[in-house]
Amino acid sequence: MAARIWIFSVAVALFLSFSSGHDLQIVNAERRIDLSSHIVNAFLTLKVENIGKDPAADMLLAFPPTQIKHLSMVQAMAITGKKKKKTYLPLDVKPTEQPDAPNDTGYFLVSFATPLTPGETVTLEVLYILTHSLEPFPSEIAQSESQLVYYRDSAVILSPYHIKQQTTFFKTPSARVESFTSVDPANRAGKEIKYGPYEDRAPYSYAPVIVHFENNSPFVVVEELVREIEISHWGSLQITEHYRLTHGGARHKGVFSRVDYQSRRSISGSSSFNALLAVLPPKVNSVYYRDNIGNISTSHLRTGFKKSELEFEPRYPLFGGWRATFIIGYRVPLEDYLFEAPDGRRYLNFTFGCPLVETIVNKLTIKVVLPEGSKDPSTVLPFTVNQDLQVKYSYLDIVGRTVVVLQKDNVVPTHNVPFQVYYTFKPIYMLAEPFMLVSAFFFVFVASLAYVHIDLNIVKK
Amino acid sequence: MAAVESLPPGTPSAMRNAFGTVLSALILVLIGVLAFSIRLFSVIKYESVIHEFDPYFNYRVTQFLSKNGIYEFWNWFDDRTWYPLGRVIGGTVYPGLTLTAGTIWWVLNSINIPLSVETVCVFTAPVFSAFASWATYLLTKEVKGSGAGLAAAALLAMVPSYISRSVAGSYDNEAVAIFALIFTFYLYIKTLNTGSLFYATLNAIAYFYMVCSWGGYTFIINLIPMHVLLCIVTGRYSPRLYIAYAPLVVLGTLLAALVPVVGFNAVLTSEHFASFLVFIIIHVVALVYYIKGILTPKMFKVAVTLVVSIGLVVCLIVVAVLVALVASSPTGGWSGRSLSLLDPTYASKYIPIIASVSEHQPPTWPSYFMDINVLAFLVPAGIIACFSPLSDASSFVVLYIVMSVYFSGVMVRLMLVLAPAACIMSGIALSQAFDVFTGSIKYQLSSKSKDNAEDNTSTKNAPKDDASSGKTDKGEEVSKERSSKKGKKKEREPAEKLSVKSKIVKKKALVLPLEASIVALLLLIMLGAFYVIHCVWAAAEAYSAPSIVLTSQSHDGLHVFDDFRESYAWLSHNTDVDDKVASWWDYGYQTTAMANRTVIVDNNTWNNTHIATVGTAMSSPEKAAWEIFNSLDVKYVLVVFGGVIGYPSDDINKFLWMVRIGGGEFPHIKEADYLRDGQYRIDSEATPTMLNCLMYKLCYYRFVETDGKGYDRVRRTEIGKKYFKLTHFEEVFTSHHWMVRIYKLKPQKNRIRGRVKKLKQKTSSGVSSKSVKKNPWM
Repeated sequence: MAARIWIFSVAVALFLSFSSGHDLQIVNAERRIDLSSHIVNAFLTLKVENIGKDPAADMLLAFPPTQIKHLSMVQAMAITGKKKKKTYLPLDVKPTEQPDAPNDTGYFLVSFATPLTPGETVTLEVLYILTHSLEPFPSEIAQSESQLVYYRDSAVILSPYHIKQQTTFFKTPSARVESFTSVDPANRAGKEIKYGPYEDRAPYSYAPVIVHFENNSPFVVVEELVREIEISHWGSLQITEHYRLTHGGARHKGVFSRVDYQSRRSISGSSSFNALLAVLPPKVNSVYYRDNIGNISTSHLRTGFKKSELEFEPRYPLFGGWRATFIIGYRVPLEDYLFEAPDGRRYLNFTFGCPLVETIVNKLTIKVVLPEGSKDPSTVLPFTVNQDLQVKYSYLDIVGRTVVVLQKDNVVPTHNVPFQVYYTFKPIYMLAEPFMLVSAFFFVFVASLAYVHIDLNIVKK
Repeated sequence: MAAVESLPPGTPSAMRNAFGTVLSALILVLIGVLAFSIRLFSVIKYESVIHEFDPYFNYRVTQFLSKNGIYEFWNWFDDRTWYPLGRVIGGTVYPGLTLTAGTIWWVLNSINIPLSVETVCVFTAPVFSAFASWATYLLTKEVKGSGAGLAAAALLAMVPSYISRSVAGSYDNEAVAIFALIFTFYLYIKTLNTGSLFYATLNAIAYFYMVCSWGGYTFIINLIPMHVLLCIVTGRYSPRLYIAYAPLVVLGTLLAALVPVVGFNAVLTSEHFASFLVFIIIHVVALVYYIKGILTPKMFKVAVTLVVSIGLVVCLIVVAVLVALVASSPTGGWSGRSLSLLDPTYASKYIPIIASVSEHQPPTWPSYFMDINVLAFLVPAGIIACFSPLSDASSFVVLYIVMSVYFSGVMVRLMLVLAPAACIMSGIALSQAFDVFTGSIKYQLSSKSKDNAEDNTSTKNAPKDDASSGKTDKGEEVSKERSSKKGKKKEREPAEKLSVKSKIVKKKALVLPLEASIVALLLLIMLGAFYVIHCVWAAAEAYSAPSIVLTSQSHDGLHVFDDFRESYAWLSHNTDVDDKVASWWDYGYQTTAMANRTVIVDNNTWNNTHIATVGTAMSSPEKAAWEIFNSLDVKYVLVVFGGVIGYPSDDINKFLWMVRIGGGEFPHIKEADYLRDGQYRIDSEATPTMLNCLMYKLCYYRFVETDGKGYDRVRRTEIGKKYFKLTHFEEVFTSHHWMVRIYKLKPQKNRIRGRVKKLKQKTSSGVSSKSVKKNPWM
């Protein structure tokens, strides 16, 4: 397959004129790509050296255009200390544009904690997560077949810097690998395919490889998830989650036989899934699981001190391309999630993301419904999301409740981090609805009293 | 309230009246709560979900109404059912229930109570059964006073027959129609008692609501004329009767004609002719009474002979016109269901579709006991009570119970009409019995204490003489509640004052021994307790199952069989939105509502030929069936199969009806071909026609692989043909417990054979050639 390898490089002069065009080079790079589920986790260990004359404050990470649109998250950490006393220091990573990026390469800018002085080296650990990057091939399979997928990447790391030595490992879920592109030296041992070590690759080197392997892990893709978090100052937080789920793997073809599915489970429908696990907060209560035609009875809840686990099954097993919709709702006590800030405002501290484990969410919308009468909402989040404000009318509302809408695409479980919504609220508003009810009843009784005592007859009897 | 006002305030009797009013209002509220909450067993034991078959259609219509508004609703042509014919929903549906629930939903949402349409639909029936028990109170109160009214309302609140149609989730026409029925009768009686045109107008409007709600409105429009006729014949004609009847016919018929589904039927079909005939008669009678009033008796006699001779001629002409009209319309102007009411054997002879529905069968004796329980024994007592004395109102309820007993004997479903009548009668019976027993206890006690205080030597035989004085003196203290109610009753009904008074006098004369009354009272209370226990049991165990989700209790816990919704959900998410699904008509409404897929036939059963086509396809061999289904654009065929878990109402057990209905239209399907010596069987003795028909194959395809023998748990036998392949259908989905199996029609095969075919395959695209090769059945 050597014929299919090509390397392209770009003039160094061009590259030097970058805004952050420091003279950096990567002394040693190791990349481990975990292909065992449908979420591709890549761990990149880079040893970066400043070979220029000026101190460098940041560096660039480059991604090919096919990956940049599937890139869900990039995190970087600086490692200091030796093996046993390693300390990790999270670094600031943000997407950036370069004016003369070759072939639509995408970039992320990593800012060092302290600028790198000339000659100094630093070890970085980068984690990036790709979604929808395993392409099923064949794209349609029958019930008895297992699922094979393609993963396309480069044998060498795409980087705007010179890399002296690099190695890439692909970890597949099983030892069954149909084929992989060979770029010498490349070899496979069990579940691991090793590319490299490659020495002295110029900036923007690229060597596309395809790995074709078996992956029967559940390709749980939530096409759309709407989570509504309703704050009630009467003491609870009601969460309602609307899921539109699909099996994102190879499409199911032809017959679905229940006999085969039930009696020969090991060889039949190996890529299908029918059990899902949602990790819910502790002290969760009033959990329900239903869809728009009623309750679904196949679920099981385990509550614990640290987390609760809801094991549930969709109405039917999901094969490739099959869809299902359902709603999960639950309630948690307010005091664990709502706090008062020092400045007198209140804030909700809740977890972003999707409670289902090992799930890609294509479109996540979180609606935080603040109590009626709340003002000045603001949010604190570790990453950027689309924000919007809406108004919702719920039970006996008059002015409506403010709804903070957070929307993010391509969400993976790593996004399950806390976020905060701050707002101001006067407790007197809590009494509005009880007062309305009381006065309504009062007027009914007054009216009936009046009706009894007023004689409407024109002629006195 | 007016009665309370008219009394001078401060007097003890006024206080007692006020107390009685408040107390009976409180009791009524509690009865309403009881009626509502006894119907919630289904929500508590199962879930808040729409039940069975028809409610799903009503739910779907309500969804459409709440989404698109009333004008779209009237013009709704539904293309997702009866493919390729479609159905004009707006013009063929009784809109009362839908409009009621839609209005409730709209009102709640406009005051920001965001209940879903489904929730509103689920709870409509319990709410209306509370209304129905209040209407029963009003009706019975008009007949026999508020004591009987309260008893009847309490009985109706939990009568099993009505519960069976109005548990939470049972969102069917009957849920509101029974309320409308009772309320219409109440307003009729009220008009009859007061002669007020105001109530007559209200009566016509209530009748209109009933026409909107249920086809059973013909019961009203036949029963009331019969009562009017009865009154005239028995010489009870009065202007009040005229006011109660004439506006109802004129206004009611005009209003009924406004409902699209009724339209001109309100004047054209035979069901309504009785009312017009009586309308004419009552005018003649009114005229006669008027003329009698202005003429001397001699002149009147002459006039009678003159009028009778002319009248006979006119009558003959009218009858001739009517007969001509009736003869000109199809089925003699009677709808199939009405005809099967008059002639119970009609349906089984001519209309297998009506006969195939279990609720159209005549009931068995146990079902009477199940559905009205002890009321069956109380009703005769109530009828007797109605005859002492007989008033216009009480003669009406007697007529009502007689007619409804007959109709319930024809169709088990009409037990529902009997239930309110039985409750009213039993309420009257109970209340009268209590009156007598408590009255005699009061009297005996008071006379005893009197004897002890004043005259220690008196014997027990004495009391009969001073019965009235003893009662009026001390009776009040013993049972404040009952006497206050009685007092109020006396105040409330000036029209009936006389009769009630005479009744009380009579009752006072009827004094039973103390011990006998106490024992009888206890027995009555026990009877009531038994009734309550039975009703609660019926509500909890017998009538609360939603039938789309089944449960079974076994030693290792509760098993839930949710296969119907599993497959409907599968259809709705994993097939194309315009795919057509063929199944037996029972599942049509559910498929359109839950899976949102187009069906060929549904529970509306308006087109016999179309249903027969599906029946024929199911009873044909695979190839012929494929051709029929393909000609109907069907992509999926759904069958319900209970052989794995023992679910008895599956398609194999319904199959003979498919054969009968199919054979009724297509003579090549013969019932005898599917029976071995007159017996319906699917084991090795079954006929080859049976073993090769599509229904058999789709139900039992690969069934033998589940247990190795192919043992059918419903039929309790091993199936006849175990190993076979399908050539024109492929299994695409089978639910977890095998209750629903969905097959897809295979695309038509190429006609090219042999070598040519192989050559073709090579040139065609990779995917299709692969599928052809992989397919084991080709």
